[in-house]
Amino acid sequence: MATSSRIASVSTSLLKNNQYGISSVVGRASSWWSHVEMGPPDAILGVTEAYKRDTNPKKINLGVGAYRDDNGKPYVLPSVLKAEERLSAKKLDKEYAPIAGSAEFCNLSINLALGEDNEQSKNGLNATLQGISGTGSLRIGAAFLAKFFPGNKEVYLPTPSWGNHTPIFKHSGLNVQQYRYYDPKTCGFDFQGALQDIAKIPEKSIILFHACAHNPTGVDPKPEQWAEISKVVQQKKLFPFFDMAYQGFASGDVARDAFAVRHFVKNGHEIVLTQSYAKNMGLYGERAGAFSLITSSKEAAQTTLSQLKIIVRPMYSNPPIHGARIVTEILSDPSLKSQWLQDVKGMADRIISVRTQLRDNLKKEGSQRDWSHITDQIGMFCFTGMNQQQAERLTKDFSVYLTKDGRISMAGVTSKNVDYLAHAIHEITK
Amino acid sequence: MATSSRIASVSTSLLKNNQYGISSVVGRASSWWSHVEMGPPDAILGVTEAYKRDTNPKKINLGVGAYRDDNGKPYVLPSVLKAEERLSAKKLDKEYAPIAGSAEFCNLSINLALGEDNEQSKNGLNATLQGISGTGSLRIGAAFLAKFFPGNKEVYLPTPSWGNHTPIFKHSGLNVQQYRYYDPKTCGFDFQGALQDIAKIPEKSIILFHACAHNPTGVDPKPEQWAEISKVVQQKKLFPFFDMAYQGFASGDVARDAFAVRHFVKNGHEIVLTQSYAKNMGLYGERAGAFSLITSSKEAAQTTLSQLKIIVRPMYSNPPIHGARIVTEILSDPSLKSQWLQDVKGMADRIISVRTQLRDNLKKEGSQRDWSHITDQIGMFCFTGMNQQQV
Repeated sequence: MATSSRIASVSTSLLKNNQYGISSVVGRASSWWSHVEMGPPDAILGVTEAYKRDTNPKKINLGVGAYRDDNGKPYVLPSVLKAEERLSAKKLDKEYAPIAGSAEFCNLSINLALGEDNEQSKNGLNATLQGISGTGSLRIGAAFLAKFFPGNKEVYLPTPSWGNHTPIFKHSGLNVQQYRYYDPKTCGFDFQGALQDIAKIPEKSIILFHACAHNPTGVDPKPEQWAEISKVVQQKKLFPFFDMAYQGFASGDVARDAFAVRHFVKNGHEIVLTQSYAKNMGLYGERAGAFSLITSSKEAAQTTLSQLKIIVRPMYSNPPIHGARIVTEILSDPSLKSQWLQDVKGMADRIISVRTQLRDNLKKEGSQRDWSHITDQIGMFCFTGMNQQQAERLTKDFSVYLTKDGRISMAGVTSKNVDYLAHAIHEITK
Repeated sequence: MATSSRIASVSTSLLKNNQYGISSVVGRASSWWSHVEMGPPDAILGVTEAYKRDTNPKKINLGVGAYRDDNGKPYVLPSVLKAEERLSAKKLDKEYAPIAGSAEFCNLSINLALGEDNEQSKNGLNATLQGISGTGSLRIGAAFLAKFFPGNKEVYLPTPSWGNHTPIFKHSGLNVQQYRYYDPKTCGFDFQGALQDIAKIPEKSIILFHACAHNPTGVDPKPEQWAEISKVVQQKKLFPFFDMAYQGFASGDVARDAFAVRHFVKNGHEIVLTQSYAKNMGLYGERAGAFSLITSSKEAAQTTLSQLKIIVRPMYSNPPIHGARIVTEILSDPSLKSQWLQDVKGMADRIISVRTQLRDNLKKEGSQRDWSHITDQIGMFCFTGMNQQQV
């Protein structure tokens, strides 16, 4: 590695040009870090920052990937508030959780995903750990697969997928490939394209599915389409990785949203499953999630769990307790759980309702376009079908903030701004 | 990679011997994971599990790395309870923290470490992020160094060091080496051995120090020894990585425990610093900690921060809010902070007191051995000098 000698008054441009900013003399003139370039700013954050600077009173932030109530405010679920009251009264200590999180949290999580009487957890076939919400659970999965997956260490993502999937897998040492998913012509699911591409994936590769409420498109396969996909995945000996970040939040029904996961598992697939409680319990910053490996033997569940813990220990030792305790309080108490199921249905219903209002209002505005995808799509996000220029004009002319791909967060739409939004979209697309 | 065909009734031993348990037919007979071996159990956990099984009423668990009160019970600090009451009354939402954690938390953390009026944070020379307690902050540091460190990508650890240091660095792609530290002959600091080994470390390597209350030995250099070490590190152009998991918890005095860190920084070293609030605020499971890079320019602080965030995003996106809010509530309120300083001094005093009692009792028992290391050592742990058989 090249070394360089310095004089105290070296200019900063010299520092920048030198690949390694090593100081011969410890002092202010140079640094170990002069060679580090500014990284690109976060795309989504940029949207919110521009929104904050905008002084237009009618401005709308549709970049935000977090639920908002009908007044555009963050929402803490009543069941969560109640759970926190109870926890507070219990006067618990703050001792470390086990490396894998509490066993109760893990059992409740896998049972929520697979259903209360599922064969897998009854027979100890799952290796489940608490993860740091969805992202942390994905990262555990990626690290485990990079180390132990006996097949082709490539992950096939739907096109498009959540932006963070690719770096999660790449940073863990897995290659990332694509399969067709979203059809821009229909703003819907490219079922035939997906089946064709999946059939061409090399055997024993990893294929990632969004269990429900696909992010960013909102486009989900129908149950009969999931059944077809399951067959092809089986025939091609592919390994399914399910990312379920919106169970309950998509349709309002936790069983319905878990259909694909449960179907695959019932049909004998050994899967990886990541779960997040960020959206469906509104626990965002508390970072509660779970990672599961569904295996075919108790022994495999135990050995893989031991290896997963060895991966987690040098990442962060043990997971944060607060969010997990809220989840446990809610899911373990029938009345709190019942309350929660109502809360999450309420959120899903509001989203579905503003989808309907937006679509109706566009019609009222006189739009000739087919906007049915607004109500066909599901979950937090809607791929409007607008292109980048249209998205930019929407922002510039109407102070409606969204991402360049034409994605809007339905959470940012309220009964109070949906008229204005429909008008703005119509003006841009007519 | 070898593939193999299966028959449905293959025995489990065949499955174990086959390196890749690929199923040709999806079914219960085989698995993607048959080849995975059971990993070694966690050493410390084994101690606690054996303790739990023991029926002797006089049993004592000295494996636990968490503070206990004088009744052997977990302890939630009064200042923490008060902070949680206040937070509860504020009815905050649960929105995502920024990738780097809240700016207030980060500022409070670096100022706790370096002192309220430190030049570095005043001039924006630090890149600080909230990390998942000490471990998570170490992992961020390891990942950053593996990617961006311009020198020799080897980390020199004291012998011995916390067991988790090695896998943290290795899993991040850095080599791990050693320098002499603990002297088993004296149960104290091998100052000469350390200096000799440090002088031999290749230039521009990374050298890790425990800022205070060395884990597992409890043996810390004296201030004048730290000053010597700082000079050698400077001469040898080494990059100091400070792991500070016990600030306040060691001596009972946050400034005193941060002496080494502050000394190095004041003497111009650009360091990495990891902090944990697990022990000194008793926040263990809440996972509150911080990672800092002290640079020599505002620009370097900004560019490195941007790169740190790019590393964090695909790890866990953003850090857990609850513990950080407690820390922020305490450190930002003079009366709560004052309460906390008393709470942490109380914990440190109890530890120091039982060290003294243990040493005195050994003398009363008639022991002829020199047990002064029990009170010379500091912090959570004591290296008794007993060997494995004696244990």
